[in-house]
Amino acid sequence: MSTLEKTGFFGEYGGRFVPDALNPVLDEIKEAFYHFKDDPEFQEELNYYFKNFVGRPSPLYFAEKLTRALGGAKIYLKREDLNHTGAHKINNTIGQVLLAKRLGKKRIIAETGAGQHGVATATACALFDMECIIYMGEEDTRRQALNVFRMELLGAKVVPVTSGTRTLKDAVDEALNDLIANYQTTYYMLGSAVGPDPYPEMVKYFQSVIGNETKEQIKEAEGRLPDYVIACVGGGSNAIGLFAPFFNDPSVKMIGVEPAGRGLDTPDHAATLSKGTPGIIHGFKCYLLQDEKGEPLPVYSVAAGLDYPGVGPEHSYYKDIGRAEYVTITDKEAIDAFLKLSKIEGIIPAVESSHAIAYAMKFAAGLPKDNIVVVNLSGRGDKDVAEVAQILQNKSI
Amino acid sequence: MNRVAECFELKRRQNQKVLIPYMMGGYPNLPDSAAALEILAEAGADLIEVGIPFSDPLADGPVIQAAGQQALTNGCTFSRLMQELGPVVKALPIPVMMMAYYNIIFQRGVRRFVEEIKDNGFSGVIVPDLPPEEADELRDAGREFEIGLSFLVAPTSTSQRIRSASHGSTGFIYAVSLKGVTGAREHLPPELPEFLQRIRRQTDKPVAVGFGIAQPWQAQRIAQMADGIIVGSAVIQRMSEEQGLKSAGMFLREMREAIGK
Ligand SMILES: Cc1ncc(COP(=O)(O)O)c(C=O)c1O
Repeated sequence: MSTLEKTGFFGEYGGRFVPDALNPVLDEIKEAFYHFKDDPEFQEELNYYFKNFVGRPSPLYFAEKLTRALGGAKIYLKREDLNHTGAHKINNTIGQVLLAKRLGKKRIIAETGAGQHGVATATACALFDMECIIYMGEEDTRRQALNVFRMELLGAKVVPVTSGTRTLKDAVDEALNDLIANYQTTYYMLGSAVGPDPYPEMVKYFQSVIGNETKEQIKEAEGRLPDYVIACVGGGSNAIGLFAPFFNDPSVKMIGVEPAGRGLDTPDHAATLSKGTPGIIHGFKCYLLQDEKGEPLPVYSVAAGLDYPGVGPEHSYYKDIGRAEYVTITDKEAIDAFLKLSKIEGIIPAVESSHAIAYAMKFAAGLPKDNIVVVNLSGRGDKDVAEVAQILQNKSI
Repeated sequence: MNRVAECFELKRRQNQKVLIPYMMGGYPNLPDSAAALEILAEAGADLIEVGIPFSDPLADGPVIQAAGQQALTNGCTFSRLMQELGPVVKALPIPVMMMAYYNIIFQRGVRRFVEEIKDNGFSGVIVPDLPPEEADELRDAGREFEIGLSFLVAPTSTSQRIRSASHGSTGFIYAVSLKGVTGAREHLPPELPEFLQRIRRQTDKPVAVGFGIAQPWQAQRIAQMADGIIVGSAVIQRMSEEQGLKSAGMFLREMREAIGK
């Protein structure tokens, strides 16, 4: 059963709250997506690049030492960190670039916050000879100078956005404005399971490779489904990619982990599902961190990839119907988990993924030994080592 | 009939066009935006559209975005805007509409929002990111409080979209002249006449054209094809200059002369 009605709503969330000028291009993408996702040739090409370019399937690794150290449930790590470019983001950009190619689009635009989606987009564009323009808040281009250079190496043009708060939110605004003006030649490659219909459904589809592989791999390893699947939630793409294939398996409980930053009782967090209320941002309805006037609030997390004031509409729906539970992890807990996983398993996780690891560590310790927990290790932490070094040196968290 | 619809009806009977300047509430600052209402009305506006500043204005180009940002920085909120502008709006001889992104309305509660703008003398509302099929609650409240509603259509809108937008519009239909965001343009889009004919084939409700209109000759040309002309960025641009209000008033007078009384 699909939770998507033809309007693009998940319960009351999602939809398309956009100026009508955007509808034709969104319809074009939607039609192409539903057409090609069942097209054998498209599937074959997607699988070819997943296997030979991205390096899929990614391993489902039994974290034996971590499991032993915690003394509770068995912990498996879904190793999206081993993908080419080092995170799950590439699953989505390879899928969407193949769609853009079939639509005859030669110019790709995207937003990026920390630069991870920007790099994954630039990579896909290099592979398929597409012009690539990345909108990035000016503030973020300074904080993530290395990723700006990576994108440029891959042939992308990075446009610093100077409006508003000069961060991810404003980069999305710029990208949407570009799309409205240039929709005939341009494809907008949105980086998470957010935005107007059909993006949440489409991004989920391309990221579902994570959950589908996990299902096969855990059956192979354990002969049964896991008891818990755990993932960090920024916009929600790595989480929905892991969760959605288990939607109809009620024995599998889903836990999404949001960033509590400096604490839920401070303004410095991005725990949208935990602290937000329903609202509309960037053309869709979801839980939103906003003030009483309906203005999105400034958000913060040590993990730049998690600080977005909205969240995927399907997660908003999962929360309301109780299908998934959403919890939070502070900066400090995430950094502790970052250090622990590095030492215990020899795996340096992204600080985003460290939120999921941190919760799993707390949680699995109290579970029976025969329980199985799968944690999505959505990305590798090489990009974060300099920042973590600084944090440790300054004792700033 | 709400006052917006009445305004178009009156102008039509007089064989004249409705001139609609757009200004940003709280820009260049709160008291000046109240004064701007009076200046624009004196300069020949038939209807004024007031934007509520919002940080993620999907339909707006750089000029209006920056004005909104400035207004937000000035601490302009919906409540303060009502306090400051309400008394002026009530005293004006012409109707005033509000332009608001949907989350502002949704957050306040749709019915409560409509009731409040009514209490403060406003006659209509435009919500650029609200599709007609999600607007039932707003339509009901609009009917209850006699607040006019205008939906936007673009040159890329399908005929079905144009039909549902015109069905939902109780003031006029807002035709976006071009494929893009708000902002002054040098030229009129060549496909504009055909686009307006396409709208006329779907509806006999009044049509006003906005986005990109910055010069008197453009307004004159559009006056031959549409019932109303909306001028936004070009007005706000003038307001940002020295003696901004006066300059905006002079500009609107030129536009008025270009399209005739
Ligand atoms: C490694 C990693 N994990 C998670 C995220 C969060 O995004 P999402 O919630 O869409 O998976 C990001 C975003 O940049 C990321 O880089």
